[in-house]
Amino acid sequence: MIPAAFEYDRATSVEEALGLLRTHGADAKLIAGGQSLLPLMKLRLARPDRLIDIGRIEALKGIRRLDDGRLAVGSLTTYADLIASPEIKYGLFRDALPTIADVQVRNRGTIGGAIAHADPASDMPALLLALDAELVCRSAHRGQRTIAATEFFEGPFTTVLDPDELLIEIRLPAPSQHHGSAYRMLEQPASGFAIAGVAAVIGQTEAATGDTFDDIRIAVTGVGDHPYRAAAVEAALVGTPVDAPSIAAAVGAVCEGVEVMGDIHADREYRAAMAVVMAQRALEGARARLT
Amino acid sequence: MATELVGTPVKRVEDRRLITGKGRYLDDIAMPGMVHMAIVRSPYAHANIKSVDTSIARSMPGVVDVLTGADVPYNPLPMAWPAGGSAGIQNNVNTPRALATDSVKWQGEGVAAVVAETAEQAADAAEAIIVDWEPLPAVVDAEAATKPGAPQLHENAPNNVVFEWSVGDKDGTAEAVKGAEVVVKQRLVNQRLIPNPMETRGDIGLYNPGTDEYTIWMSSQTPHIQRLLLAAFVMGVPEHKIRCISPDVGGAFGTKIFCYADYVLVLLASKRLNGRPVKWVESRRENYQATIHGRDHITYLEVAGKRDGTVDAIRVKTYANLGGRLSTIGPGIPTTLYARVLSGCYRIPNVYAEVVGVYTNTAFVDAYRGAGRPEATYVVERAMDLFADEIGMDKAEVRRRNFIPPDQFPYENPSGLGTASGGAKIYIDSGNYEPALDKALAAAGYGDVAAAKADAKARGKLLGIGLSSYIEVCGVAPSKWIGAVGEGWGAAMWESANIKVHLTGKVVVTAGTQPQGQGHETTYAQVVADELGVPMDDVVVQHSDTQGTPFGYGSYGSRTSSVGMTAAIKAAGKIREKARRYAAHMLEASVDDIEVEGAEYRVKGSPDKKKTLQEIAFALDLAFDAPEGMEPYLDETSYHDTPNCTWPFGTHIAIVEIDEATGVVDLKRYVAVDDVGKKINPMIVNGQLHGGIAQGVGQGEDGSLLSGSMLDYAVPRAEWLPTFELDETVTPSPVNPLGVKGVGEAGAIASTAAVANAVNDALAPLGIRHLDMPLTAPRVWKAIQDARAGSSNGHGNGKEAKA
Repeated sequence: MIPAAFEYDRATSVEEALGLLRTHGADAKLIAGGQSLLPLMKLRLARPDRLIDIGRIEALKGIRRLDDGRLAVGSLTTYADLIASPEIKYGLFRDALPTIADVQVRNRGTIGGAIAHADPASDMPALLLALDAELVCRSAHRGQRTIAATEFFEGPFTTVLDPDELLIEIRLPAPSQHHGSAYRMLEQPASGFAIAGVAAVIGQTEAATGDTFDDIRIAVTGVGDHPYRAAAVEAALVGTPVDAPSIAAAVGAVCEGVEVMGDIHADREYRAAMAVVMAQRALEGARARLT
Repeated sequence: MATELVGTPVKRVEDRRLITGKGRYLDDIAMPGMVHMAIVRSPYAHANIKSVDTSIARSMPGVVDVLTGADVPYNPLPMAWPAGGSAGIQNNVNTPRALATDSVKWQGEGVAAVVAETAEQAADAAEAIIVDWEPLPAVVDAEAATKPGAPQLHENAPNNVVFEWSVGDKDGTAEAVKGAEVVVKQRLVNQRLIPNPMETRGDIGLYNPGTDEYTIWMSSQTPHIQRLLLAAFVMGVPEHKIRCISPDVGGAFGTKIFCYADYVLVLLASKRLNGRPVKWVESRRENYQATIHGRDHITYLEVAGKRDGTVDAIRVKTYANLGGRLSTIGPGIPTTLYARVLSGCYRIPNVYAEVVGVYTNTAFVDAYRGAGRPEATYVVERAMDLFADEIGMDKAEVRRRNFIPPDQFPYENPSGLGTASGGAKIYIDSGNYEPALDKALAAAGYGDVAAAKADAKARGKLLGIGLSSYIEVCGVAPSKWIGAVGEGWGAAMWESANIKVHLTGKVVVTAGTQPQGQGHETTYAQVVADELGVPMDDVVVQHSDTQGTPFGYGSYGSRTSSVGMTAAIKAAGKIREKARRYAAHMLEASVDDIEVEGAEYRVKGSPDKKKTLQEIAFALDLAFDAPEGMEPYLDETSYHDTPNCTWPFGTHIAIVEIDEATGVVDLKRYVAVDDVGKKINPMIVNGQLHGGIAQGVGQGEDGSLLSGSMLDYAVPRAEWLPTFELDETVTPSPVNPLGVKGVGEAGAIASTAAVANAVNDALAPLGIRHLDMPLTAPRVWKAIQDARAGSSNGHGNGKEAKA
């Protein structure tokens, strides 16, 4: 459990981090809380030549409310910070955060680290997909860009981030009275990662009629090789009251178009079935938060 | 006794140092000039070694030595407990060498070792060793390994068989099964487990070229035994030239009983380096690969009886997976410690067990908490439930009808503790099983289970209740039985203690046993303080160093309280007797007139004429006025060979709810009524039960095989467990003065069967008759799906299940 040798730089500002990334790029790994990367390095499954430690860049920590009501969450904000923040009112965060790992990991692990690491069974990506979050990224040579969460994840441990690009902050929609959300996951008992995790947001826009919902977002983690939105389920639920019959009719499509993963903890059949169960329970949970 | 500490929940004297981080575990020890060792392990489960190229590693920074199998001049590791060895059963014996030379038989077997100035340099250089492997086909399933065409591990072990052993009345049992009203058959799997002590193993070897002596610090349960094994069987070094020291040990559960390759390697490396200390600390991954595993039985069970609930016979054939090479006492576990107690707490007149020990391409299997008894309890407790289901009788009632009645003790069970050849017979000396069952049933609300099931059903849950009535064998003894009985156990089973009362009246107890978290420094002190009438603070307990403690066989098999502390009581008795004789001298009275109360030695009828133990110790230490023929000083040693094992028992009840949609098993309640005899420290007893129950529950609910780290191997977490509801009956053991039995393993022995029975009870309404462990959510879910689809698929009618 000793990592292979590596070079180490500590960046004290965003600019310094970007400069180091420009110099070392693909040979370097960023380290923030280190809760995913260090175990992989100790098992020698990851062997970066160089670590750029961004963990002490104060500018990347904390939660701000933007003028339009949205929240900007710094990429180095820890799970513990999110739990402690009165700004984080989304039901799905309240469901997910306390179940992530243990106290030590929640104190060290960061939201940006989880997103950029892109473990296919991680909770946080599903939450951001369901909230239609935006990710603000910056590199020395191309400047700043904003990427929709739905465009961010490409495959297992793979995102659209360039090798020299740094995730700066995550923008979340303004909390809404007309939306309810929930997250339900079945955990693999050893790792605590999701065998299937589903984040659901249901809401009414001004165009909604009666008791029906027209803003439905379902995101799934642990099932495919990267987190995804279950578009078929969303489409089937738009215009329904999201009650038991409409949920039951819709959730069967939660794995539609996805190659479901199988491993020693859950074969494809079980994982697909659990995605359906978690989708149903997440939708019921989201609906219950609106009554 | 004046102080009466025994029986009270005294806080553990160890805890101040352990919970403030002041404990001293193996890896806390550093020495000047110390170097670090890393072991190169096989990535293949089965392979020939064509060559090992160490040239790159030797040239790497900090590397001071590299060892391969050819560099180790010693014997292979010993195997000390063949199955029925002296009874004529042939055991095939292939044990590991310190480093493999020609082939590896499991993934993780060591092939080379690197020693470097730092642990990091050693790890880097270990990666640079190039082994030319010839991979071979592997087999991991014990039953499959015995079939024609299976990969063969050892040329001298046809069909991978280590031994074929049996016990009990073969013909009588066959007749009883043949003529029975009811016969139930079932194949049972008791899956392999990784014991997972919190502290992994590790050791530091130090050779002194000036004296030609070796010292090894080892995270071990058995330093005295290791000295013996290393000296006499492996290294050929005189026993008095080796000193073994166990520092604080952070859990062991059996894994640290055995003789491991790394002991040899650190000592050899230190010698090659002319006396530099060599440290090796096992990583968690290595712990999973190269420290022993537990369980791994496949059993074909037949249980036969009458429709009135009487069980007349149990017959089993068990394939016991012993791994790629044998560990120190591997064959003894599935034979003596399993099959001989197969009938548990039941009066079953006919028992016959065949056990086939098998090599497979897996890590070696040896004693893990309970060691054979959990496997036996799982078999007999599943048997009771399957039989009850078959005849339509209440499961508690079936148990009640078959318990050994209290007037039948001492009871000789037919599965064989008394049937072995030669030597002394061993009986179950005491027990009273029904009160423990009744207490547990009442606490669990057994009568209201139907309503609880209906309530759960309304919530989409399947509720099940599982009983497990168990017995345990603790403090295996006496030596003349274990030595002569034909079991082949190559050691004695006595224990030792020395007590010194210093000039100041302070008491030093040294014991031959070695704690691994059990709190021996507290419980020995309670016992000795009571015996000598001194405050507990005046007693210190020292242990775990072959230099300075009397020889002892170590702590495992829940033997310390019944065997080791009896030795301490005997030593205290000798101290009292000598103090009494000296008090008589001091008080100018006859010895017969000296009465002892606590620490006071008084002349009968003259209460003012008295001396305290401290005054006597002071005077005897100075010896200015010692009478003719009396040696100075209060210093006494006793060796105790107990006349019989002890027999804890009890009933555990698990209540589970299964989420039908996911298959997740939730342990809602756990009731345990245990009879461990008298308790020295009830708090420590409860702690042992809590830990044991959690470990056993963990087996019932999870435990994967393809797991190289804690990311893939689930150990139970506190949040998954309910508050354990503990109660007791107290039937003192008649074989020791304290009336204690031992409690280290009881929880782990009983709880697995309780949970498995509860899950099967919950699934019964779906027509599922038996589901094997591990009861993971996917497995339970699949069984539910299959049952709903109307497919029995192996879960249903087990009458045809016997192969």
